[in-house]
Amino acid sequence: MPTKSAPPSTLKSGRKRQGDTIFQSIAIAAGATIIAAIALMALFLIIKAVPSLGADQVNFITSTEFNTTDAANLRFGIRDLFMVTVLSSIFALVIAVPVAIGIATFLTNYAPRRVAKPFGSMVDLLAAVPSIVFGLWGIFVLAPWLTPVATFLNDKLGWFFLFADGNVSIAGGGTIFTAGIVLAVMILPIITSVTREVFSLTPKGHVEAAQALGATKWEVVRMTVYPYGRSGMIAASMLGLGRALGETIAILIILRTAAQAGSWSLFDGGYTFASKIASAAAEFSSPLPTGAYIAAGFVLFALTFIVNALARLAAGGRVSG
Amino acid sequence: MTQDTLDTPIKAPTFHAISASRKVKDQLARVLFTASFVLALIPLIWLLYTVIARGITAILSASWWTRSLAGVLPEQVAGGVYHAMYGTIVQALIAAVLSVPLGVMAAVYLVEYGKGRLAKVTTFMVDILAGVPSIVAALFIFALWVTTLGLPQSAFAVSLALVLLMLPVVVRNTEEMLKLVPDELREASYALGIPKWKTIVRVVVPTALPGIISGILLALARVMGETAPVLVLVGYSRSINFDVLDGNMASLPLLIYTELTNPEAAGALRVWGAALTLILLIALLYAAAAFFNRYLARNR
Repeated sequence: MPTKSAPPSTLKSGRKRQGDTIFQSIAIAAGATIIAAIALMALFLIIKAVPSLGADQVNFITSTEFNTTDAANLRFGIRDLFMVTVLSSIFALVIAVPVAIGIATFLTNYAPRRVAKPFGSMVDLLAAVPSIVFGLWGIFVLAPWLTPVATFLNDKLGWFFLFADGNVSIAGGGTIFTAGIVLAVMILPIITSVTREVFSLTPKGHVEAAQALGATKWEVVRMTVYPYGRSGMIAASMLGLGRALGETIAILIILRTAAQAGSWSLFDGGYTFASKIASAAAEFSSPLPTGAYIAAGFVLFALTFIVNALARLAAGGRVSG
Repeated sequence: MTQDTLDTPIKAPTFHAISASRKVKDQLARVLFTASFVLALIPLIWLLYTVIARGITAILSASWWTRSLAGVLPEQVAGGVYHAMYGTIVQALIAAVLSVPLGVMAAVYLVEYGKGRLAKVTTFMVDILAGVPSIVAALFIFALWVTTLGLPQSAFAVSLALVLLMLPVVVRNTEEMLKLVPDELREASYALGIPKWKTIVRVVVPTALPGIISGILLALARVMGETAPVLVLVGYSRSINFDVLDGNMASLPLLIYTELTNPEAAGALRVWGAALTLILLIALLYAAAAFFNRYLARNR
């Protein structure tokens, strides 16, 4: 009797299938591309900035000049850019954060459940408006309205450095004051949405425990929602700060050019890093002057990198925004 | 300790009516929270009203959608933004064609394969990329495309910068959507002996598709309004240019920025008209995104 061999098994062996290997490699490559993009960004900005930094005739950090018309005599420093950028962003943050926390509290704890979602989308719509439209509205519509407020602050509180006379006309409206308020509106949706997300994660048990102790609604919010959401609020503010630091075109349209350097007054004009680069974009022809702007761009990149990394750190993981 | 001391309570009752100051604080907080929401709506409504009121006359003219500004004098109320609409839409579409496959694959990597260091670094870099200002992305492409490779400024360079801005939005949204796909679906597919890659391509991604598409549309809406990249990477043109690889090309933000320097009344008309057009385009994308999110997801 001839012995029959067993029929070949229809099950494949444990060997990895080729399709899987290829697909996985493509997926990994896509992820790696993103890492490479950031690395290349830092690398290229540095490479292009170094020759110009070497040719800089003044101190890059402390000089208030930014004159690149003569490639043989480059004089550029970021002190003034830094001041305008930081002052406008911090001012925007000071306005936006309390309002955003108020909105997030309203949407998660006060608004009826049925309308909370559409209300939230309305705030998110602010993020859909292009920044150039914010700029137009800011300088042509909002600025004239703000002029009386600005004049009042300048008259009554002019002794305080923030409200002292600046280097541009208050009546013209092209001040950090106007720009900061527009920035505040622009960063409101991101701060609100991140805070809202954290607030909505407050453990039900904490809230119920506070209620069982007889806490009023406000006390519930103060004792459970805010302590639980503290790190989220910090992360959200950092994300908002990152956005404000890099905002370009709205600021470029609103801020007026100033003849002298600023003095940390809200009624100064001038340029932020981003708006300075954008304003000179048409003149990017010879490499050395362009490198001066790329150097400024690298400083902005580093600033936003740090702020965003801090936001992640504060949130203890990933932040969506 | 005598009997009668027990008739009076040892402690005062612990339950009180809520004191006046607590009531006032509670109401005050309620008012403040509600007010902050209303406060946020003021700029939104004010801004939309301004753009519509000032832009409506321009976009209602017949030539607005069908003509460019070629040969139109600064003070002439004529011509249209057809050339700029072409630029805005084409630049955004090229950016989408480049960033969607890359972004979706990166998200697939993070959700389906991502373990260990590389995935952690990738997630971190996506967050960082999301925070990169558009002007920095534009400068990077300028340094790469124009000064290093020696290629001309063009609409394609703008699209490359927009890719950098779109990518993180696409990756994050796709990630969220893929995570929503129940594991049972994946396991059912594996149980049938279907390889992992085929499971992803034929089961996981199609299930998440409406959400992924709606995220892509929102990312498109975001990059359409970007002004910094067009300012740095392409020149303005008053007439139509179909060539994305060479020559100046207008786009709506660039047209707005250029016409701002036009002191004539016609310039203001064009500025606000183009702003309204841009907002309408974005509104259209938002509506399409909501449609994909709601109706297609429900009909599945």
